[in-house]
Amino acid sequence: MSTSSQPLALSAGTPHNRSLSAQILDVTGLDPARCYQCGKCSAGCPMASEMDLKTHEIIRLLQLDMRERLLASESIWMCLTCETCTTRCPNVFDPAAVIDALREIVLRENPGLVPRRISAFHSAFLDQIRANGRVFEFGLVASYKLRSGALFADVDSVPGMLARGKLALAPRRIEAIQDIRRIFEQCAMERPR
Amino acid sequence: MRNGEAAMKVGYFPGCSLHATAREYEESLKAIAPALDLQLEEIRDWACCGATSAHSTNHLLSVALPARTLVLAARQNLDRVFAPCAACYNRLASAQHAIEHDKKVASQVESILGASFGHPIGVLSIAQLLSEMTDRIRSKAIVPLKELKVACYYGCLLVRPPEICRFDDPEAPTSLESIVTAAGAVPVKWDKALECCGGGFSLSRTASVVRLGRSILRSAKDSGAQALIVACPMCHSNLDFRQRAINRSAGDDRPMPVLFISQLVGLSMGLDPVRLGLNRHFVNPQPFLSTISAGRVEHREQA
Amino acid sequence: MSRIGVFICHCGENIGRTVDCAQVAQAMGELPGVVHSVDYKYMCSDPGQALIKQAIKEHNLDGVVVGACSPHMHEKTFRKAAAAAGLNPYLCEMANIREHCSWIHEDRAEATEKAKGLVRFIVEKIKYNRPLSNIFIPVNRRALVIGGGIAGIQAALDIADGGREVILVEKESSIGGHMSQLSETFPTLDCSQCILTPRMVEVAQHPRIKLLAYSEVESVDGYIGNFEVKIRQKARSIDVSKCNGCGECTKNCPNKKIPSEFEQGLGFRTAIYVPFPQAVPNIPVLDRDNCALFKGRAKGVKKQVCGKCATVCGRRAIDFDQQDSFITEKVGAIIVATGYQLYWIGKEQESEILHGYGEYGYGTIPDVIDGLQFERLASASGPTGGKILRPSDGKEPKKIVFLQCIGSRDRAKGMEYCSKICCMYVAKHTMLYHHKVHDGKAIVFYMDIRAGGKGYDEFVRRAIEESHALYLRGRVSSLTRNGDTIRVQGVDTLSGEPVSIDADMVVLATAMRPQPGITSLAQKLSVSYDLHGFLNEAHPKLRPVETNTAGIFVAGACQAPRDIPDSVAMASATASKVLGLFSNEQLEREPLIARVDRQTCTGCFHCERVCPYGAVERFEVKDRKGNLIKVIAEVNQGVCQGCGTCQATCPSKSIELDGFTDEQIFAAVNAL
Repeated sequence: MSTSSQPLALSAGTPHNRSLSAQILDVTGLDPARCYQCGKCSAGCPMASEMDLKTHEIIRLLQLDMRERLLASESIWMCLTCETCTTRCPNVFDPAAVIDALREIVLRENPGLVPRRISAFHSAFLDQIRANGRVFEFGLVASYKLRSGALFADVDSVPGMLARGKLALAPRRIEAIQDIRRIFEQCAMERPR
Repeated sequence: MRNGEAAMKVGYFPGCSLHATAREYEESLKAIAPALDLQLEEIRDWACCGATSAHSTNHLLSVALPARTLVLAARQNLDRVFAPCAACYNRLASAQHAIEHDKKVASQVESILGASFGHPIGVLSIAQLLSEMTDRIRSKAIVPLKELKVACYYGCLLVRPPEICRFDDPEAPTSLESIVTAAGAVPVKWDKALECCGGGFSLSRTASVVRLGRSILRSAKDSGAQALIVACPMCHSNLDFRQRAINRSAGDDRPMPVLFISQLVGLSMGLDPVRLGLNRHFVNPQPFLSTISAGRVEHREQA
Repeated sequence: MSRIGVFICHCGENIGRTVDCAQVAQAMGELPGVVHSVDYKYMCSDPGQALIKQAIKEHNLDGVVVGACSPHMHEKTFRKAAAAAGLNPYLCEMANIREHCSWIHEDRAEATEKAKGLVRFIVEKIKYNRPLSNIFIPVNRRALVIGGGIAGIQAALDIADGGREVILVEKESSIGGHMSQLSETFPTLDCSQCILTPRMVEVAQHPRIKLLAYSEVESVDGYIGNFEVKIRQKARSIDVSKCNGCGECTKNCPNKKIPSEFEQGLGFRTAIYVPFPQAVPNIPVLDRDNCALFKGRAKGVKKQVCGKCATVCGRRAIDFDQQDSFITEKVGAIIVATGYQLYWIGKEQESEILHGYGEYGYGTIPDVIDGLQFERLASASGPTGGKILRPSDGKEPKKIVFLQCIGSRDRAKGMEYCSKICCMYVAKHTMLYHHKVHDGKAIVFYMDIRAGGKGYDEFVRRAIEESHALYLRGRVSSLTRNGDTIRVQGVDTLSGEPVSIDADMVVLATAMRPQPGITSLAQKLSVSYDLHGFLNEAHPKLRPVETNTAGIFVAGACQAPRDIPDSVAMASATASKVLGLFSNEQLEREPLIARVDRQTCTGCFHCERVCPYGAVERFEVKDRKGNLIKVIAEVNQGVCQGCGTCQATCPSKSIELDGFTDEQIFAAVNAL
């Protein structure tokens, strides 16, 4: 896990108000002090082999309040929320929810840190909902490609999708689209828990 | 258990995929529903559940979007809502759980929606719904599936997290097995039934999806299964649409048909494979259909 | 008018720093009835006590109030001092101005006022105290030991060697407990049976030990010094007085394929059997559930199906119609040493708070075994003759993965506690494996290594350095079948890397839990227990082998996870407590117990219903001719613990606690 040659500069005492741990506790109701670093989460994580920070290391950095390292890590964007870690955690902790909360913090505090493809996907997806109330997959793919720059990936599958009737070419909007827009506006304004 | 009762009516939340990439899932559900005396009442003007993109980015949004759907369901006097997509099911059930257990979020969401929550809504997955109907499935299974061996794949969200689902065993589930058994097939023992398929990373991290799919498909093939049974459009897409890439990366050209559980139930009832949408699969289902003498579909090879 | 002396202690700076002791003493001196009031640096010191004695004589005091620490600390000290000066000790009381005042407050003026109130409270109370004298109750100087494992054996031998009679009750057909199943013991690797069986034989031969094997405690009545215990002797189907242990019945029993409990299901036994060759007593027991004759009877077959054992028994000792029998024993003290069982990872659990390990296949994967099963495999007397072989196919495993903390330290499974012995026995297992399979690889998943104890950490280091066990720090996420191996999906948190191992065998160090049935036994004994059923000691540090019920003691793993040395030490401690109790014919105790006013008691027996100790008895009041006038309540002085629940409940105010009468309490409360 260690990549820095500097010794850890640990903030003294219990989690202070502005510590990342305190923030996570506030948002999720979960106290990272619960974790005793057994690593069972990382042991079962389907994405562990691709992550530079394994799940238990993410929680460890939280305990050490290493905010910059943690929020800049691409690993938090690799979580599939498959809940394997949460289901098996011996401390009834919820790493999946903590990772969701970390992603939310990055988006709010420093959206530039989100990996381009991931952020492209989420933006494209949420734009679809905001525009139509539902996800229109053809539009999603097109919009994702433009945002991510992955223009040619999967283009060869379009004819197959069309032939199977799996891609609608025009979106269908729900009637009460104003409901959805209101939800998006209010959720963007309201601080989470 | 509601086995043996008269017609059952449940609210129906198809979710976005069932109108596009997973059309065959909806087609097969609508095809088997009458035979099961099951009335699916679609929630009027439902919206997307928000999926991974909402819960990875904004917790409130991830509750508010499905909560709106739950409010609509209550207005339609529905007690239970069936969400065939495992991911939608997870979002709806999580929202219902938050409404019941997190007062702060519940009141925030009520003010965001400008509506108050009615009676609590029971959110059902397809595993829950069909396992309540195994007697009917058994009585309607007229086509002998000839001891067809199938691997039941739950993926990650059908039975967990346990405090949200409160159904089946999160580590050793048996509900899908009980359904396919009622339909006349034989579930195999295998050990990747709960492994994640890569879910929403199909577009953004395709290589991860291929890696995860490889181990799932290898295990299913090694277990002797003739088909993989799924209950989620994302799982289906990752294992059917991406199967050619997966097999290519594994150097393994044995195709593994991937069926929605509703399609298998439909085949056991003798329904036309085309009505069940089997023609829409990327993996050619014909060899498999032939082994159970289930008629023909026209299949177009993947480009 | 009373003549009360008040003595305020500074306790060095403990009280004096926050409370103005001189001011308190002065204020108390002005109270009506107080004739003498002083303060002093250390009241409990010899000069302090001398002050009290002197004042009692000089001022002819009829009450002494010491404002100092908690009565738990020094009440005895001051009462003895008062008694030495000729005052009834129960006319001396303490007001707690340390724990209840100086230690918990900061403001000196407020604390001083509060201290005055606390002392005044006792001054007013003591005006209504009356002289009391200690109670003497007879002691039946025989002990009952429940459980015949190493703890029970040690306790029984120590008491018997100390000259007192012991009744040892064991629910299985032989004593020896789990220790008899172990191969070698840490940290010295001496053979478990070699050190245990001499003790077992000693029990059998001891003139002062009455061994009741295959028996269970049915009910317990009475109180310290005077318990009456009903014991069920379960039907062995053998006339114990005739059997000479020749073993012919066992040899001839046709049903030879019953999984042996002693071998942890890895070996077989017959329906009539002795669990292991060194069993004490060496008398077989007939397992009726698995006996052809009894199965036939249950099906209603008229003809006797089997009966081979009876045919071959030269002494006609087999008795198919034997019934459970009951005996009653009178004892003065009871030691509970019922030991432990291992947690099982299966789906079905004995209580709602426990959960199985679905991620490890709920115990359905062959060759995933527990620690006791490994002991039997490693034991020379075990089912494989001491060869480490897989239960599934009898092959020698070349790679064994040991998992620590299975169930232990796992809130999600319902057990947050550390089972304490697993780190040590896993290290031992890796060594035994290395000694037996030289080219085998032992891999251990651990979270922390807890090896506190003499020679313990050195032992673990030997496992790592000499037996080359590979220790990986982390828990395992899942165990799945992979062909005929077991796929272990773990992590090494020290390198940060997920680890996947295909093991030939997996050994789970499962949590220690108290024996099933412990809670019903504890209820019979009125001994409290924790969430998991471990029995509670009276004080975790200062009274570690006593329970909250006088005369009942705990030893070994029924109180908490314990290893052999701890269990033996505890057992000897209980024996020393019991021998101390038995050193006198009578037991002296404080008289602060409930007393019934026979004139006013109406015999409603509300007190009987609320008494948590069963101390209220029924007393028949008769006239001179012997005619029954009324039935009223009476308090058994040996049983009453002075909790006062009866006093609070009695509608006619006819039952009162000496030392805490309504009159005393009202007077005290009115002083506030």
